Amino acid sequence: MAHADAIPGLPVKLKLGRDEWTQRAVMAVIALYLIVALALPLYAMLSRAFSTFSFNLANYEVQVSDEAGHFAGAVRTLEEINAELDILDGSDLRTSSEGRLGVATFFPDFSFRSPLMYRLRGTDPDAVYLVGSERHQGVEWREFDSNTFRRVFIRPGSERGLENFLTYFSTPALFNSITNSIVIALISTVITVSLAFWFAYALARSCMKYKGFFKLVAMAPILVPSLLPGIALVYLFGNQGMLKALLFGHTIYGPIGIVIGSVFFTFPHAMIIISTALAISDERLYEAATALRASPWKTFWTVTIPGARYGLISAAFVVFNLVITDFGLPKVIGGQFNVLAVDIYKQVIGQQNFEIGAVVSVVLLFPAVIAFTIDRAVQKKQVAQLSARAVVSRPKPKHRLDNGMLVYCVVISVFILGIIAVCQFAALIRLWPYNLTLSLKNYNFELMDGGGWSSYLNSIKMASTTAVVGTVLVFVGAYMSEKTRGFQRGRAFFHFLAMMPMAIPGMVLGLAYIFFFNDPANPLNFIYGTMAILVVSTVTHFYTVSHLTAVTALKQMDSEFESVSSSLKQPFYRLFARVSVPVCMPAILDISIYLFVNAMTTVSAVVFIYAANTALASVAVLNMDDAGDIAPAAAMGMMIFYTNVGARTLHHLLSKRVLARSSAWRAG
Amino acid sequence: MTDDGASATDVFLEIEGVWKSYADFIALRDISLKVYEGEFVCFLGPSGCGKTTLLRAIAGLDPQTSGRITQAGRDISALPPAQRDFGIVFQSYALFPNLTVRANIAYGLENTGVARPRIAERVNELLELVGLPTEAQKYPAQLSGGQQQRIALARAIATSPGLLLLDEPLSALDAKVRVHLRHEIKELQRTLGVTTVMVTHDQEEALSMADRLVVMNHGVIEQIGTPLQIYRDPASLFVADFIGAMNQMPARAGDGDRVQIGSFAGTCCGHSFEAGTSVVATIRPEDIMPVEGDRGERSNNVISAKIEDMEFLGSFFRSSISSPELGDTVILANFSINAVRRLDLTVGNSLRIELPARRLKAFPEGRS
Repeated sequence: MAHADAIPGLPVKLKLGRDEWTQRAVMAVIALYLIVALALPLYAMLSRAFSTFSFNLANYEVQVSDEAGHFAGAVRTLEEINAELDILDGSDLRTSSEGRLGVATFFPDFSFRSPLMYRLRGTDPDAVYLVGSERHQGVEWREFDSNTFRRVFIRPGSERGLENFLTYFSTPALFNSITNSIVIALISTVITVSLAFWFAYALARSCMKYKGFFKLVAMAPILVPSLLPGIALVYLFGNQGMLKALLFGHTIYGPIGIVIGSVFFTFPHAMIIISTALAISDERLYEAATALRASPWKTFWTVTIPGARYGLISAAFVVFNLVITDFGLPKVIGGQFNVLAVDIYKQVIGQQNFEIGAVVSVVLLFPAVIAFTIDRAVQKKQVAQLSARAVVSRPKPKHRLDNGMLVYCVVISVFILGIIAVCQFAALIRLWPYNLTLSLKNYNFELMDGGGWSSYLNSIKMASTTAVVGTVLVFVGAYMSEKTRGFQRGRAFFHFLAMMPMAIPGMVLGLAYIFFFNDPANPLNFIYGTMAILVVSTVTHFYTVSHLTAVTALKQMDSEFESVSSSLKQPFYRLFARVSVPVCMPAILDISIYLFVNAMTTVSAVVFIYAANTALASVAVLNMDDAGDIAPAAAMGMMIFYTNVGARTLHHLLSKRVLARSSAWRAG
Repeated sequence: MTDDGASATDVFLEIEGVWKSYADFIALRDISLKVYEGEFVCFLGPSGCGKTTLLRAIAGLDPQTSGRITQAGRDISALPPAQRDFGIVFQSYALFPNLTVRANIAYGLENTGVARPRIAERVNELLELVGLPTEAQKYPAQLSGGQQQRIALARAIATSPGLLLLDEPLSALDAKVRVHLRHEIKELQRTLGVTTVMVTHDQEEALSMADRLVVMNHGVIEQIGTPLQIYRDPASLFVADFIGAMNQMPARAGDGDRVQIGSFAGTCCGHSFEAGTSVVATIRPEDIMPVEGDRGERSNNVISAKIEDMEFLGSFFRSSISSPELGDTVILANFSINAVRRLDLTVGNSLRIELPARRLKAFPEGRS
């Protein structure tokens, strides 16, 4: 086989023009963004999962003065004192990154009123200790009176090791969550995909009425945070639930609640994917089946299912991934039933145990990455199937099928609308179940935990910024990676970076942000606690789907536009502004509404990194629910819903206008 | 005339030792070629032969792996497309869908210091030139394929580039539009005098439009020459087979210009094979002559044959002929309607045919 190195003559290395340099620079900037907002935080998190912290007593030396304040006594390390007095054993010395140990502990007869003076120094330049909250380091002696000395703490040193994992896997309360999470995700996947399949089938292959309405209803769950169905389920089946009797003594707080809620919030995702798969089924195959006198049953199994198989597989993995990484719903309705995503929250927020939180994150990464990888592989095949020439299938009316499908879709719609209606109802009731009069008092968020109305305004601000900044970033990035000439390796690397966010659960990303951005040594530390970090986190979390939408739109454009433009000596940005953006405008609008809606509803990507003055509506729902203010939580959830409905309506009108304006040139 | 049939005017585009390799195959092997000022050159070959790769290397869209390309005395080998001097037309037209015809043509003129009224004037001129003066305000989607391709052409020549590159410009069009448009493009090229390189897989298109053809196969140039040279005097069995129809008969070289096909010992137009070498003898169907009466007795290239099948193709009959002297090979021959009537040629009839010596060629066996 001939290879490039067998080619005679000097290799030609293309000189780069201004366009090429600019394009590569822009791509590098966006790649850098993804590295800083994703790769580096993840690395920080991984390294934390493998870090153990313990107090290294040998690193500190102390000396006590006599009553006159002269340091004449022996200089001893804390280790020597500890060995002599046997104050702490090995397990007491293990700690977390936040651990601190009072040095006075080593002086059993210490009194803060005594006239004795103490002095302390590190024997190692890396030895760190705190005086109050002031950080000191180094081998210089520092003197303290006894009153100050009681506020001197030593800080732990870190080591690399698998110890955190050993702790994790030897604590049943922790590792049982793995099974819990997987089982819940599997059950939810089977139920959601089956339900969504028949719904999508009704839309694609029957002549049922009101298809448009059903499609709208099926999409509604996307517009609410995943914890909203949890709240509705509490009202329906909770301890004082309206329909509690239907559970025959089982509790909704636990797997049952999580599964029902998961089916609700993952339904639209599965439905869209399966609909796409069914919509591309080839009418000619159905005609052939009819000509061969195959029964409808046989046609279904030999034509419909094989045609939709990639869609089904893909939907299954997407749903599995959504359920296993979801945090809001099991937090609200999970009760004592532990799942991975909630464990991360409990470890980090409840116990401040960041290392174990990082370990759970690593564990959660595995199923998420595997599901993601398989989904991508399957999606590629489906694309290939799409590009084949097919005749779009047009179902013929069949009364029994159509009526059956209508009934089925009504049932599903009642389920979806019912959940939302219950939340609205809960929000408007004065005090369930004792006082059923209607009132708006639950909308008086100022009286509750969670940030009040300002959290709602913050959410709007954050979602709008995310939509604008994210759309620009994603579209420009996709354009550069798709349309830059040459530079194969750089483009492949960029594409890899752009695909990564989808495999990273929101909780994991959030925790990684704590590790990375909250590190005082990080020059980007200043964005911690600001609106900016929420926008960065949200844009990054939802980057992949947006990127793929942009890439699909860009691929549909003639790949020679760039060639023509550069042959006419026009800079690429002119083509970008005059042709690429207008032609891709529908996709650009789609990306922005996707980012907006998800920014409004996401909890997992922001729950670790919001600050008091940047509280968000979705987090407020969580916190109010946590504090027992369930009705106000429902009220805030519904505010998010209505806002998203409004945003979608606006998006719809805008898209219609764009299409109407461009109908002259889009025709043909 | 130079040896490859070009007029000895100035060389405008010179390609020297160009190679292009991808990860696992070589698309261009040591391509060298001169294109003269004002010439219309066609790269012709089956798909995958490297013709488009060569065109894209000339444009700088997919630069060659090694080798030199010089345009108008300037080494452009390593320049990005924007720093080269060419206009290009693609099979897909690549018209900007959201811009009007006028804006499409004006695209390359804007931001170049040309005043607006002058741009408008130039666009009108070009619309006139491609015969679409009234379509300025339409969008590409509102035009037919042929019209769109004319607009693409107008856009490509708007900036008066020194080199016009056409990448299968007619392949997406209906047969009738295609024939019409190829005359127009040729006409336009002659009027403007712009040096033009066109890539096509359609030999008819190439033969009718080009001043010179570059026939390519498997990443190498098989032959360069005028359409007539290539048709009349193919340099290889591949070219012979690719351009027009060609009968191929296994044969053995004899002494001098003799060649042995089956039991038939004929004279060909001369070969340099050693006697006894296995060769392929070729003759085009239209060169095979039916022999009337005893007129052909004097020629030794006359054999008896039988008509196996006849196909009426409008202006002539294409007949499949077998001859015991040629062995098992069935060959094709074109007979005029006149000859068929005069000699009463029908399926099953026997006749005598002449394979004129100056049209019978021998090629080495094997490669195609």
